[in-house]
Amino acid sequence: MLDVLHAVLVAPFKDMAGAPAFLVEVLIGGVFAGLMYSLLALGFVLIYKASGVFNFAQGVMVLFAALTLVGLLERGAPVVLALALTTVVMVGLAFAIERVVLRPLVNQPQIILFMATIGLNFFLEGFGEMAWGANVKKLDVGIPDHSFVVRGVQINSLELTAAVTAAVLVTLLALFFQKTRIGRALRAVADDHEAALSIGIPLKTIWVVVWSVAGVVAIVAGLMWGAKSGVQFSLSLIALKALPVLILGGFESVPGAIVGGLIIGVGEKLGEVYWGPLVGGAIENWFAYVLALAFLLVRPQGLFGEKIIERV
Amino acid sequence: MIYREAGQFKATYASDQAIFPIVQDRVFVLAVVIAAFVVPPLVASEYWLQAVLIPFLIYALAAIGLNLLTGYAGQLSLGTGGFMAVGAYSAFKLTTAFPQLNIIVVFLISGLVAAAVGLLFGVPSLRIKGFYLAVATLASQFFLIWLFNKVAWFTNYASSGTITAPDRTVLGVLVTGPNSTTAARYVTALALVTVFALIAKNLVRSRVGRSWMAIRDRDIAAEIIGVRPLRTKLLAFGISSFYCGVAGAELVFLYLGSVETLAFDISLSFLVLFMVIIGGLGSVLGSFLGSAFIVLVPVFLTNAPHLVGLALPVALQKQIELMVFGGLIIFFLIVEPNGLARLWQISKEKLRLWPFPH
Repeated sequence: MLDVLHAVLVAPFKDMAGAPAFLVEVLIGGVFAGLMYSLLALGFVLIYKASGVFNFAQGVMVLFAALTLVGLLERGAPVVLALALTTVVMVGLAFAIERVVLRPLVNQPQIILFMATIGLNFFLEGFGEMAWGANVKKLDVGIPDHSFVVRGVQINSLELTAAVTAAVLVTLLALFFQKTRIGRALRAVADDHEAALSIGIPLKTIWVVVWSVAGVVAIVAGLMWGAKSGVQFSLSLIALKALPVLILGGFESVPGAIVGGLIIGVGEKLGEVYWGPLVGGAIENWFAYVLALAFLLVRPQGLFGEKIIERV
Repeated sequence: MIYREAGQFKATYASDQAIFPIVQDRVFVLAVVIAAFVVPPLVASEYWLQAVLIPFLIYALAAIGLNLLTGYAGQLSLGTGGFMAVGAYSAFKLTTAFPQLNIIVVFLISGLVAAAVGLLFGVPSLRIKGFYLAVATLASQFFLIWLFNKVAWFTNYASSGTITAPDRTVLGVLVTGPNSTTAARYVTALALVTVFALIAKNLVRSRVGRSWMAIRDRDIAAEIIGVRPLRTKLLAFGISSFYCGVAGAELVFLYLGSVETLAFDISLSFLVLFMVIIGGLGSVLGSFLGSAFIVLVPVFLTNAPHLVGLALPVALQKQIELMVFGGLIIFFLIVEPNGLARLWQISKEKLRLWPFPH
């Protein structure tokens, strides 16, 4: 019994204190992974904020964007052109989704819209693979991928680029939401669909904009994850990684997605490295969920979610 | 239906509250059930029994279970696959440890084990609602699958990590294992799902079912009128997991024969959720319709190109299948968000008045 307690409560911290450089490496790895998760979670948050739709297809949108990008690059398009064309495709997709899926389902309960996005998920998966082929592809847009050492701590330049990109993207999105006219309209729609409509905010346009922005976020996420681990079907499953980030940070909060991502990333890495071996490893599949669940029991709306006020 | 209930007066509350208050309905349903027991084992081909009818019955049972939780009690759950795995693995452990125990009893006990696990993972539902709860139930899904993968005890230390259904008999007839006939397995699955559907139908009309619906519709208001949220929600999780557990055990013993944990991964949870939503939330009949839809559509899509004489490459066909499947889900949601059960109800009402418009 004491041995177990020692192994769980004392030994991991001893290990941490014993090798600080390694701890820092683990922490940095966690921060980078966390930023990648945030990038995924952002796509969810944007759409949920503006339309109350929990977009299950976000993961497949990431895959679809990455597939399109790789497909264009393989056909010899220069990087900038390929990026521009992929953006066009994602915006076109947003228009199509608004027209075909969302508009007929206005005013339906959330769970119905959620199901519709799962249908969308299947459709895009089949469509993407049909258009671009199902084999694993390498995505190379010229981001350097090598490691360098700062004060005895290894850092990967690809992960660093991803982290910086994520940070820039988040800042831009925050500015977009706070300062521009469309951003304000978005927030109004998120607050109350009907009230927004009644003061003349065009709901349809807002939805197209928000799905387009989510599409662009998907491109960035697809770019980063694709460069890291190749473009393949499993890319769509990383969306599941974003879910604990979402419940931790709160569905409606952009800063929540970032902080949640960081907590999950760091927590996951620390758990895997220091506590994982105790139970035989490979815990990263569920550890994030349990971590998020523990947070939820204290704050049911997530860290930054809007306080749930209910009346009868 | 095309018949009318004219002249059928109800003199007692019992007859007014019957599941099928109209005589013709009773006759019809009884005939369908009897036909289901007799006809397919005699006429259906091995392929139809094994690839269509047996999975249909098993998924229907799981869908009823999830429908009790999500459709009636309003608690969105994505942990169905995990609970089904609990049922499957405990059935395997039980029947290998006590080979003389009747397999039906084994199914029921493994349902109880799944119910206990479901109760445990239902506790967060007190604090968490809606999508937050859905994601929280994913924790149970991933954790349980990981557990069954990691701990070799659950598979009796099989090096392949699979569990295989041994031969077991009910009333002298072999119903599970590699040597059993598909007809025997079909009848077993049908008997179980009939009994459990009847229980579910009665459950949702009872005090328990009413309190579930009260919690679903407005939990705070329900609490004020005296429905205890803790008990009600946990009961929903428990009973739902019981159904899923039995279905999971059936999945191994009556359908697949031997499985790895992969059979119970997150896609199974989504599959059952589809059935519930496409069939109709809050409807026992809907669970059957949804299950039939989800089982039949891929069968149809696989065979359709052959029927019109097209030979497509396997990969392309798989992709088209995905696209059509996704498209159909969206189409059905747009046409009738309340599911196939609602469509059935509407057409019944239309037929009742037919050929008069009012």
